[in-house]
Order: sequence, then structure tokens, then C-alpha cells
Amino acid sequence: MTNVSVTVNGQSREADVEPRTLLVYFLRETLGLTGTNVGCDTSTCGSCTVLVDGESVKSCTMLAAQADGRDVTTIEAMAHGDTMHPIQDAFHRNHGLQCGYCTPGMVMAAASYLQENPTPTEEDVREALEGNLCRCTGYQNIVKSILDAAGSMSGAPETTRA
Amino acid sequence: MIPAAFEYARAESIDHAIELLGGADDAKILAGGHSLLPLMKTRLAQPSLLVDISRIGDLSYVREDGDMVAIGALTRHHDVANSELLQQVAPIVADTASRIGDPQVRHVGTIGGSIAHADPAGDMGTVMVALGAQFAISAAAGATRTVAAGDFFQGLFQADLAANEVLTEIRVPKTSGGWSYLKFNRRAIDWAMVGVAAVQQNGSAAVALTNMGETPLRAAGVEEALAGGADPATASARADEGAAPPSDAFGSAEYRREVSKVLVRRALEETLG
Amino acid sequence: MVATEQYVGSPVLRKEDAKLLTGQGNFVDNQSMAGMVWMALVRPPHVHATIQSIDTAAAASMPGVVGVYTAADLETAFPAALPMVWPITEDIKIPTHWPLTKDKIRFAGDAVAVVVAETREQAEDAAEMVTVSASDLPAVTDLEEAATDEVVIHEDLGTNVVVHWSHGGGGDQSVFDSAPVIVQERFTQPRLIPNAIEPRGCLAYGSPAAGEFTLVSATQIPHICRVGLSIATGVPQSKLRIIAPDVGGGFGSKLNVYAEEALALALTRSIGRPVKWIETRPENYVATIHGRGVLHDCTLAGTEDGEIQGMKFVELADMGAYFQLLTPGIPELGGWVYMGPYDTKAYWYEFKGIITNATPTDAYRGAGRPEATFVIERLVDAYARRIGMDPADVRRKNFLPPSAEAFASVMGLSIDSANYEPTFDRALELAEYDQMRKEQQARRDRGDTKQLGIGLSSYIEMCGLAPSEILGALRYVAGGWDAAEIECRPDGKVVVRTGTSPHGQGHETSWSQIVADGLGVTPDDVEVLHGDTSVSRLGMDTYGSRSASVGAEAVARALEKVRAKARTIAAHELEVAEDDLEWTDGAFRVSGAPDKARTIPELAASAWHAHALPADMEPMLEGTAVWDPPNFTWPGGTHICVVEVDTETGKTDIMRYVAVDDCGNVINPMIVEGQVQGGVAQGVAEALYEEALYDESGNLMSSSMTQYLVPTAVEIPSITQDRTVTPSTTNSLGVKGIGEAGTIASPPAVVNAVIDAVSHLGVSHIDKPASPERVWRAIRDAQGGAA
Repeated sequence: MTNVSVTVNGQSREADVEPRTLLVYFLRETLGLTGTNVGCDTSTCGSCTVLVDGESVKSCTMLAAQADGRDVTTIEAMAHGDTMHPIQDAFHRNHGLQCGYCTPGMVMAAASYLQENPTPTEEDVREALEGNLCRCTGYQNIVKSILDAAGSMSGAPETTRA
Repeated sequence: MIPAAFEYARAESIDHAIELLGGADDAKILAGGHSLLPLMKTRLAQPSLLVDISRIGDLSYVREDGDMVAIGALTRHHDVANSELLQQVAPIVADTASRIGDPQVRHVGTIGGSIAHADPAGDMGTVMVALGAQFAISAAAGATRTVAAGDFFQGLFQADLAANEVLTEIRVPKTSGGWSYLKFNRRAIDWAMVGVAAVQQNGSAAVALTNMGETPLRAAGVEEALAGGADPATASARADEGAAPPSDAFGSAEYRREVSKVLVRRALEETLG
Repeated sequence: MVATEQYVGSPVLRKEDAKLLTGQGNFVDNQSMAGMVWMALVRPPHVHATIQSIDTAAAASMPGVVGVYTAADLETAFPAALPMVWPITEDIKIPTHWPLTKDKIRFAGDAVAVVVAETREQAEDAAEMVTVSASDLPAVTDLEEAATDEVVIHEDLGTNVVVHWSHGGGGDQSVFDSAPVIVQERFTQPRLIPNAIEPRGCLAYGSPAAGEFTLVSATQIPHICRVGLSIATGVPQSKLRIIAPDVGGGFGSKLNVYAEEALALALTRSIGRPVKWIETRPENYVATIHGRGVLHDCTLAGTEDGEIQGMKFVELADMGAYFQLLTPGIPELGGWVYMGPYDTKAYWYEFKGIITNATPTDAYRGAGRPEATFVIERLVDAYARRIGMDPADVRRKNFLPPSAEAFASVMGLSIDSANYEPTFDRALELAEYDQMRKEQQARRDRGDTKQLGIGLSSYIEMCGLAPSEILGALRYVAGGWDAAEIECRPDGKVVVRTGTSPHGQGHETSWSQIVADGLGVTPDDVEVLHGDTSVSRLGMDTYGSRSASVGAEAVARALEKVRAKARTIAAHELEVAEDDLEWTDGAFRVSGAPDKARTIPELAASAWHAHALPADMEPMLEGTAVWDPPNFTWPGGTHICVVEVDTETGKTDIMRYVAVDDCGNVINPMIVEGQVQGGVAQGVAEALYEEALYDESGNLMSSSMTQYLVPTAVEIPSITQDRTVTPSTTNSLGVKGIGEAGTIASPPAVVNAVIDAVSHLGVSHIDKPASPERVWRAIRDAQGGAA
């Protein structure tokens, strides 16, 4: 067993886990944070995306031990009470999700990216999403949602770029 | 999918890592883990011990070193891509790093891990070969050695790196002329089906190929033709000389050969203007 | 007060979103129970092999292992094999399909044993320790090779050619010999892997003593699963509850009754502890159904001036190693649309279903109709090229005439309504078709490296499954009805129980819109419950673009019953005749005295306390409807794709994509547009990227998402959309269905565009997916050999 101590969504969490425990299962099964999903097992689909020290990573391809001492943010911490994060709100207003399974990963990937580039073009957003697969939406409304969120987060008027 | 059970140890220093690696039969180094963990999840790799070197403090950096740039082996692709220094003096390295994997992979994967994995489909190895990069390696008892990129890659997933050695630093020459890295793939997220790195050198160009053999490959025929005064279109016809590309679900060897010629021509046109 | 007719037709934002966006989705893998154990399947590394022995001893002694079971151990657990519900011919040969194979492995996912352990890790570790001694047999994954019967996969059937279904033909068949122009083409369509982003999974629990069990499963079809799993496990339907929680996409891959569901139920019954199984992705690639995998020989008969006289299709369809729920019926679903939207005079379709050493095929988004539409639209383009006409002109010349009423078609079924030309014209306009043709010519004249191609696809689909009487005639064992219950609570809120089982389609929102309009409340006042056989008792679930035309129509019909009862109570309370009441501004109002009114919430309270109801009236304001549609619905449309092809590498980029669809009336345009966007993306994937490839030994080479090319946001274009509206005559809502249209329409639009881009170089044929290598080879071959 190895001891893992991680700040998750602002709370410090600690557990002894098998070394082989992947971060995603540490979050889902040890901590009960089931919002982060597993989709492909091969770090392709990005459903398991969380933030580690503020940057997007695929938690199915990281050991819990690798996150030891670091700061992890999951989808559960994005909304504040009843107020959704601007990215979540933009997904809602632009029909950026259908089945919702890839959605937490999409939101986290977008959150990481918009910190790096707050004023992306459509092409930028598409490239930023290359690590996140969606099978329902054809990405069109996801891209629209993220552009919309970028607008509202930077204080610019909301746009509905088609 | 869950890896088979293993022991985990965190190295405090390079020497500590080498000591830990020497203490087990089939230990593996864990840096970012983005090459190793997928193999372990499918249980194609079942090491008994993982030596986590990611916390060794002083292996993530990009700094000038005379007419070279030194890059710490644990520097993440993301940081390589965003290094202003590399963008200025070795832009092909920064640009290529920005196109490895996807953003999440670049936030974790390291330049050293990627190079040491010696995957012929990896982009960075090809760029290193084209640039004539040097790799610093630490071994037991404080020994260190330096290997040229062209000698480092020995075969499919085989590098000149013993089980108890650690790749610590990558040194690339500063470049001032044209360059190009062209990556041909089906999806943005895929490994290169074929890649071409070209770097201007003394009026000619160094050219290397991704995924055209068991290692990153120098396009010697192209370089020879260029040195002999051939134009890019003529020289690129020799792109696949000495290559042995794979046939797989992404494309046949025959097709890869043809694509390599087109890409080399385009890369040379970009590089040489 | 809320006005009526306000919500249907409006882009009401989805009620489903909040929990899914905040990580509060209730997917099956999020559920666990006290005492729960984990199940892992043993799928040995063989494709086609005779089993000599299975050694489970080492696995059984691993830490945490509760039990290891082979088919022999579970002999009594399954009174019947896994169900196949569509024996499409009298003489169909049906392979027996047990949850675990007994004596032979017939494809790379065929499981021989199941391990149950305390944790997921322990189950996976122990499954690795089961060893199987088996002698390999030659494996056949190629359709034509399998059809020769050199290797017979189910010896007891004596052949791999297990079914031959023929439509029987319509119209004058002599045109196929005598027409002035006969175009013959052969098209292959590879196997596709559905790739719902949520893998399958289930959790079974219950009381062996009481004989009652519940299965939570990532399924599209809880109601059908209840029937199918009851047959397989012997648990009576009255004691079997199936719950489809939040389900992360289906696309047909969760329209099935799977071995793992039956195993989890059987094991919870024998062990007495909750049993959970979550599929890994590599497992999903071999053990969850595939789609497509067909080969067509096609004939088009026509005139020199572009009049299509007949279309004939003879198909071989890859069934895989066993039948799953609907396997042999999938080609037949396409068998009724092989005339496309065209007024052809003669019709012929037949297919043979072939068993191969590969994963069973079944419904994948579109199910039979994409296969049909692809070959029709490729054939029409080939015809246009042959006679030197613009492919747009050929299509326009042959459209079925418009009809607001249902009409008989050459293939024998009745089409609910049609008006194809306005849809087509709008698509040409949005695509700037003429301008694109000019741009294409300019590039050709210049000899550009990147050439432009324009691809058209006009389609119809048969959906809204379906009239039970016709399904019966087609030998489908179930009906095609659906059901809804509406219950008006005394607090003004409304509970709707629907028999459809959405997994991304937004039924909670769309059904709420219908109910809100009918009851004068807001969609937020309406709670739509689904996906649990103990909650929405009656239903036939979600597949085949049926939910709106059958399920929502059932809601509309239940709504009419509620409104009729409400009107009676209102008249009673207001002391007027029912005929003196008008429904305006969300209430029943007395004609000429609109202030004398009763709203539905008021009437619901009256019906609940039941203090003063009309004589003989039962309490509670509620209504139930079970709706069996009189016909299918027949959406149609035209999609146009403009591509740029790099003639040196063969790589294609989509420059423009236009989709103009006619799915009848629309309940929520935002959701309808989203369905088309997602459908088109899957079709683009099919056209350019995706293909399940097997090696010569029958192993799946495309064995994970790194090898099987599900496209990313970089590859998929934003599309331009519009609609025309030709209401269906099949249901009162006038809706036709939109879930599959994008996937049906888009593959031929894209492939036609790719071929069009290089047709001036002599290329007339490129198989799906039009990968860079295939395009490069086609150009090279057309130019006469080595490039």
C-alpha cells in the first residue's frame, strides 16, 4: 500500500491505496466522487479529465500516487451551489451535451484551456478538444458552448457564433 | 482496466533512482507515465517496481548553454511548447512539442520519457535526430555519459539506455534558419503515420523521418541529393531510401513511402523557402 | 397564466442538463451496494477453436475470489439461450447462443468463464489466471469466404448461410434487362464499432428467497430486456425489474439483451450478493455488437436522359458468430427503402445473412437504412456520370411526387407523406451549388493539388417502429406500440411516465413541452419518468427513431384523456355544460365569461380530494394511453458535402456540409438540430475514418480507440442546417423522427464528394472509409499504375 494525500476540490484527503490505483478510481471509489467518468481506458477519449494543479490531465492514465501532494479539481467543484460555472452554463444554453457522459471531461478540458487562452477562435477550441471524444453532439454545440463561455468569462458580450 | 500489482518507490534524486532501479529485476522508470501506464493497463507490461522520478526537483528546465539549449528530461511537453527560449532559438522543438498527443497528455508527458520510450512513431525523437541533439545519461556510481541522438535509437522501443540508467538532459543546437515538422495522420490525436523534420543547415537541410522504420530515421538519400545541388522536388524522391515503414491499420508501407516523399518535398519547400 | 401552444416548437433548454453538467449523473458505474461483488469475463485469445479444457483452479484460489464459473457450472441457470426476436424467414437457421460458450470459441470476444471477486481488481487479476486449452480452427471473417462454407462455424446448422430473405420485387422486373442504360456496381461497407462513450455495465441484486431481482443496466431497452432476460434466466417477468439509469449513449449498441446481463442476474441469484460488471473498452470492441459489414451488388436501370426505371440490390450481410437480439432483421429494415426518394418503377431487394468468426452485428444508428442509402446514392451518382448529367439534375428528375397524404410505394409499404423537391432546392441553395461547381472547374483547369468535390445525398428513411400488425407480418415477435401515463398531482405538478428510454435524446424536455402546452403549465412543472420497469410499467423503449412518433404520441393521447376528464370536472364545478367551456390561456373558461375558469392544477386538486366530483367519476386526474401506430413514418431530406482532396496524399478535408431535413413537425428544434449534428458526425466518421479491421487470423486489429478512428473535434465540421416541414399522417403530432437521419444521409454525401473531387482524374469508385490511402490508390490506379 502507498499513502496518498491529495487536496481534492479544496479539501485535503488521505488514504492508503494499492500503488496500482489509478487517480480516476481513487476519486470515484475511494473518495466517492463519481462525476469523473471512464470511457476508453487508453487515454484517448478524455472523459476522465480532471485538473491537477489547475491543468487538465487524464485521470485514467495517472496513478493516485502521482497526484500525491498535489491539488486536484473535479467536475463536482465547478458549480457554486446553484450557480453553475460559466462553462457549464454555456453548455446548457447551447445544447452542448446530449447523453452527458463525456461532458464532465469536456468541461474540465475547457476550463484548463480557457485559462491558457481566454480568447480562442473556433479553430483553437477544436484543437484544444482533440483529447476529448464525444459520440452524440458532433462537437458543434460543444465548440459553440466554449466560445460562448470564453465570451462571458472575459466579460465580453455573449455570442452565439454558429 | 487496471495494471497488475507492482511496488512503487519515489526517487529523491537521480542517484536514488539508479539505486532503486538496480534493486529489482524488472523495474521501470515512471516519469509522466503516458507511455508506460497504457501498456501496464493492458498488462502487456508488468513491471514489479515503478521508480517515480517525477519529484526529482531539478530536472525540469530549459536554459541556454552556449550555442546549445539544455532541456531537463522531466520538462513536460507543455512547458517545452511554451518555452520562449525554445520558440526563439530552436522553434522546431517547441512547435513539435505542441503537437504531441493532446493537451492533457502534454500536461503530464515529459520530453525525456517520450525520447527514452524510443517509439518510432514519436515526433520528438525525429526532431532530435534531425537536429543532432545530445542526450546526457546518468548511470550507477555517479557515472555519466553523453549519446548523440543518431546513436541513441537502436531499435523498436530500444534505446541506448540500460535498465539502471536515467536520461537526465537533452541538448539541442540553436537554429537560425528555416525548419519544418510535418505530421501526417488520420486524426489530430493520432501518432504520426509519417512525420518529417527538416532543419536548414549550411544552405542545405538535415532531414529525418517519423515512423518510417524501427527508429527515427535520417533521410540520408535526400540530404545527399541536396548536398549535390538537387532541388527539393528531385531530392524528395529519395525520401524512403533505407526506410522500412510498417504496414498497419493506418496505412500500408507502400503508401507511407509515397507520403514520405510528398511530405519531404513540402517540408523542404518550407525550410529552404 | 400560461398560454397554450407556447412550448412545442420552441428551443426549450434541457431539463436533463443540470445533473449531467455537475457530475451528478447516475450512470451504472456510479452505483454500488453493500456486499457487492465484481464480475469479470474470461475471453481467451482464440478466434475459432475447439475447447479441450478450462482450468479454473488457479483463479479460484486467488485473493478475494468468490467463485469461477464455466458454462458447465451454470447449466441449470439458463433455461433458454439468449433471445433473438426476429426470425425473419420460416427456414432461418438460428445459432444457439449461450451466455458462456461451452465447447467452442467462435469469435474473439466469446467468453468461456466468469470470475466473481470482492473487488474489481481481484476479479480482473483472477480472470487472467483462467487457462483454456483449445485447438485452433481456421477462422473466417471475410463474407464471401464464409459464404463458401469451407469452414462451417456452427456445425449443427451445416452452413454459414443461415438466412435468405427476399423482398420479392415490385413493378416490372424486365427493365433490369431491357433498359437503355444499365449501371452495375459493387459496394462494400465495413464493420463499424458503435463507441458509445459510456461502456456497457450492469448491477444485479435481489432476494433469492423471494425470487425477486433487479438489474440496473446501461441499456436502451429496459422493457424488452425484462422480457428477454426473463426467458434466458427463468425469473418471471413479474419478479424482474430492469432499471436503465442515466445511460451514456447507445446508437443501437445498448439495444440488446447481452450475455453479461444474464450472467449477473444468474449469479446474484446463486450467490445472494449484488453483482456488478463494467465493460472495459477493449472488451467493448469485441463483445458489444458491431454495425454494417455488408456487400451489395447493385443494378440501376434507366434511360439516357436520366429517368430511373428500376433499382435492384442483392446483399450479403455479416451476421457475426451468433445472432444478437435483432441481427437478421437489420438488413431487412433497409429492405423497404431501396428506392430512396425516387419514383422508380421496378424494385428488387434480397439478402443472405452469413455467419462469420467475428463479433455479432446488430442495430447501429440507422440499422439497415444507412447501408441502403449509401448504395442507392452511390449508384445514382454512377448513373449520372454514365449518362453525363449533373447528379443534381438526375435526382430532381426522379423524386416521388409530393403528397400530403399517405400513398403506396413500389416496394409495397405506404409512405406517410412526401415533398422532397423543396428540401432539395434549399440544400442546393445553402450549399451554393452552382458557385461550388464553378470553383471546382477553376481548380480543375488550374490543375491544383487540392481539388474540390461536391457530393449529394437525398434520402428517405422508414422509422417510428412501428405498427404491430406489420411487425407481426414481418415475423418480429414483439409489438411496436408504446405507452404513457400522466398523473396530475394536487400541488399542480404533473408526473409523466413514458415507455421510451432516452439516453441523450432529451425526452424529459420534449415530452414536458407537449404536456405543458396541453395542461397550461410550464415544462418545469412536468416531471418525466422513464427507464424503470416498475415506474413506467409499459413501454417498448428507444431505438429506430421511434420515440417521438410512437412514445410522444402516446403522451399526447394520454393528455387528451386527462383533458377530457378535467373538462368534465370543470363543467361540473362551474355548473355549465362541457360544450360551454373553451380552453384558452391555459384554463377551461366559460364561453362569454372567461373569468369563470378552472385551471388544471385546480382541477387536479379537486380530483385528488374528490370531495365533490361528478357522480360515478373516479378520483385522480390521470390518463394512460397505449398507442400502436397505423404506419411507419418516412422522413427525408438532402445533404450536400463539399470537400477538398489533396491529390498527392489522398487526404480529404470537409469544407462545407449542408443538411436540410424534413422530419415533419418539430417539438424542440434545438434538440432536433443536435440530433442531426451528432448523426452527421457519425456518418462523416463512417465515410472517412472508421472501420473495424481484422487480421488474417480473425483478430480485431482496430482493438481500442487508439486504433479505431473515432474522429475528434478537429476532423468534424460544423454543419449548416435547415428544415422543411411535411407533417406525418401517421400520428396527431405530425412528427416523423430525427435520431438516425444524419447517419443515414451523410456517408454517401461525403463519399460522393470525395469521388467527385477526383473524378476528372478517372476515378469512379472508392470504398468506405475513403481513407487517404484508398483515395491515393484510386487516383494512382486511374492514372495507370504506379504513381
